[in-house]
Amino acid sequence: MSDTVTLTIDGREVTVPKEMTILDAAATIGIDIPVICYHPHLTANGLCRVCSVDAGWRVQAAACVTQVADGLKVETRSEDVCRGRKTILELLASTVNLEEAPEILALLEEYGADTERFAGSEKRTAPVYDDNPFYLRDYNQCINCWRCVQVCAEDAQYVFALSYDGRGFHTQIGTFMGDGMMDTTCVFCGQCVGACPTGALKPKRQALLEQGYDPDSIFEQTRRKRRPQNKAE
Amino acid sequence: MSHPAVDLSLLKPYLENVAHRGRTMLLPALHYAQSLYGWLPREVQVEISHALRVPQADIHGVIEFYTMLYNEPTAKKVIRVCEDSACSLGGCHELMQAIETQLGLRPGETAADGQITYEHVPCLGMCELAPAALNGERPAANLSPDAVPAFLEGRYPEAQGNSYGEPRHLLARVGKVDPTSLNDYRAHGGYIGLTNALQMTPEQVIEMAEKTGIVGRGGAMFPTGRKWRFTRGAPGTPAEKHIVINADESEPGTFKDRYLLEDDPFSVIEAATLAGYAVGAENGWIFVRGEYPRAFHRLTHAVEQARAAGYLGREIMGQPGFHFDIEVRLGAGAYICGEETALFEAIEGKRGFPRIKPPFPTTHGLFYQPTVINNVETMVAVLVAFNLGVEEWLKLGTAQSPGTKLFCLSGNIAKPGLYELPFGLTVREIIEMAGGVPGNKKVQAVLMGGAAGVFIGPDKLDTRLTYEDTRQANIPLGSGVIMVFDETADLRQAMYELARFFAHESCGKCFPCQLGTQRQLELLDHIAHNGGAKPTDKQTLLDVGFTMTETSLCGLGQTAASAIVSAIHLWPELVTAEG
Repeated sequence: MSDTVTLTIDGREVTVPKEMTILDAAATIGIDIPVICYHPHLTANGLCRVCSVDAGWRVQAAACVTQVADGLKVETRSEDVCRGRKTILELLASTVNLEEAPEILALLEEYGADTERFAGSEKRTAPVYDDNPFYLRDYNQCINCWRCVQVCAEDAQYVFALSYDGRGFHTQIGTFMGDGMMDTTCVFCGQCVGACPTGALKPKRQALLEQGYDPDSIFEQTRRKRRPQNKAE
Repeated sequence: MSHPAVDLSLLKPYLENVAHRGRTMLLPALHYAQSLYGWLPREVQVEISHALRVPQADIHGVIEFYTMLYNEPTAKKVIRVCEDSACSLGGCHELMQAIETQLGLRPGETAADGQITYEHVPCLGMCELAPAALNGERPAANLSPDAVPAFLEGRYPEAQGNSYGEPRHLLARVGKVDPTSLNDYRAHGGYIGLTNALQMTPEQVIEMAEKTGIVGRGGAMFPTGRKWRFTRGAPGTPAEKHIVINADESEPGTFKDRYLLEDDPFSVIEAATLAGYAVGAENGWIFVRGEYPRAFHRLTHAVEQARAAGYLGREIMGQPGFHFDIEVRLGAGAYICGEETALFEAIEGKRGFPRIKPPFPTTHGLFYQPTVINNVETMVAVLVAFNLGVEEWLKLGTAQSPGTKLFCLSGNIAKPGLYELPFGLTVREIIEMAGGVPGNKKVQAVLMGGAAGVFIGPDKLDTRLTYEDTRQANIPLGSGVIMVFDETADLRQAMYELARFFAHESCGKCFPCQLGTQRQLELLDHIAHNGGAKPTDKQTLLDVGFTMTETSLCGLGQTAASAIVSAIHLWPELVTAEG
């Protein structure tokens, strides 16, 4: 059996290793399928579905988690594909503050998404959590891409400080019983902050710099005395 | 928040017993702890976390996912009143008002003395007994506002089903045997099918299952024998393979499996054992929805009896090398766990997020091991076909849809109930069999297949209910739901209620479903209750529906707009006209 397969993407034939995803196969011939939740270093979960393409099946296929197959004919920008993509983007824009997510903002523009289409509908809101000296958590900007939960768990750190509150539309990233990060198993490795695509997780230093504080005062605000001294107080 | 100190010594012996099994015991442990304390205080969660070696954050995530698990003070006794489609047609709103007045509680509230919690809940699977409710574990049917005091005091009679139809094969024993007695089951033809099967090779049993023509009766219509064959052929020893019975029946309009689970539990056990023999799998599981406590208790009891009599365990019925046992699991309030991979996640002690497919359960199922997962009715139908003989079975129904099927009739109909009928009758014939629409009213619409199905108008009532006819007419047979709406029913309200159900039950994993179900609900809420439709609403609903259908990760999202979009196509005025 051959280790490669040949398929057609947007009318162009391409031969790739048979275990490749449609997303990667398209990239080999310069076809860029948009993604939001996908990160090349993390387990792909097919959450955002913005990478959905028409592979001639009953429903569209999420390119980031769908393997190529011989003879497959894939359309990455058909009318139906763009209709779904635009609607997902509009739904997202009506739910979450995307101001600090430039890649998603660019997609909104590219697909002609009407960000006011669901004006007045419920947003997913939360207080801004400023509960540790390292980073802020503003889930008003969180799109539930799961990257932070994944790097905190089996995709990297095995710390398991993060999980979820709620279900469905009301799902948010959460901690055990809503504890502040200092009271969780968090080791402040910072990987979640690095993986966050929307600014929902932000280094505290960056946030304070943006607010106009100078580095000296930021150092004063964010330093913690060493634990033994804390105990002595 | 202050509450009395929690006595963990009540919980510890249980945890010591199950600790070695780890995370898969999470839902059972949470259920057990909740039966002790009424809810799940922090120290209880920490104790379970240590015993089962599950991260605390993950336990939190699991409790937050399942609506019947509580991490804030809740009474041991919860009153749950169904708010979904059939119960709404049956008058649940008047019932709710009467209960609220009597209790002085709003939905979601717990009485000051901590003795009672009151909730409005999604479909309880008692649509034929609408309006329905649960008082703790006690189901109540056809509750009128006058009956509220008796219901709340536990004096109201326990709900009993209504089953009809001819010939009765799947329901042969329902209402006729004592569901708590193995001897009675045997006296009514029980374990003849398995005895006969054990005279055959597993390969022959699978061939017979294929010949029955039975396809999945949960709605997906996958050929059952083929599923068994794939799993039998998957790499792995019998100890690494599973038979899972999907008893998480939770879709508004659907209540068929409840009859088999409650009134003939041994047939479900025998059917699973037969599948275990055919497939070469030693591990059986029955996952029952949390809202079916009576079914859970009867099954648990039946499994114990079957095990004691040698019908489960090692060398079953003296057959060398044939080992099979069953564990009954209780869900905790999540329709999504009827999705097969989400059900696996629940058994594994996780949030019920559906997995990406492929890989499929036949090779990567429960614990990522080869698994057959079948709906209750499907599994029992195979056993019935065995007992009857494949020849006789094939004489029932039509050539392409052999056998009988359970149909769930509810809504505006004279004799709602479960009907076992051969394939091939028309919708109209079945409605007439069930006494027609009360009060000489006309049929306005019928919801076919379930909440994830489609509406049809009176012009489609002559559709024959077979797989071939319904496929051609684009009407999903689904789980056999026929919910009738008479000419006075408010279809906007019906659409809103379906949208509310899916928004409540979306797991929150993929974007189109978690966001789309919410927006669909908001739009229909506005249309039904706040001044009618805006000019753009129809197109917006169609775009959201299209996107959920085409791009959602699992079957829930892919069908969450199905009935609503069908209604928009049939009656566009519902979402275009004002007021």
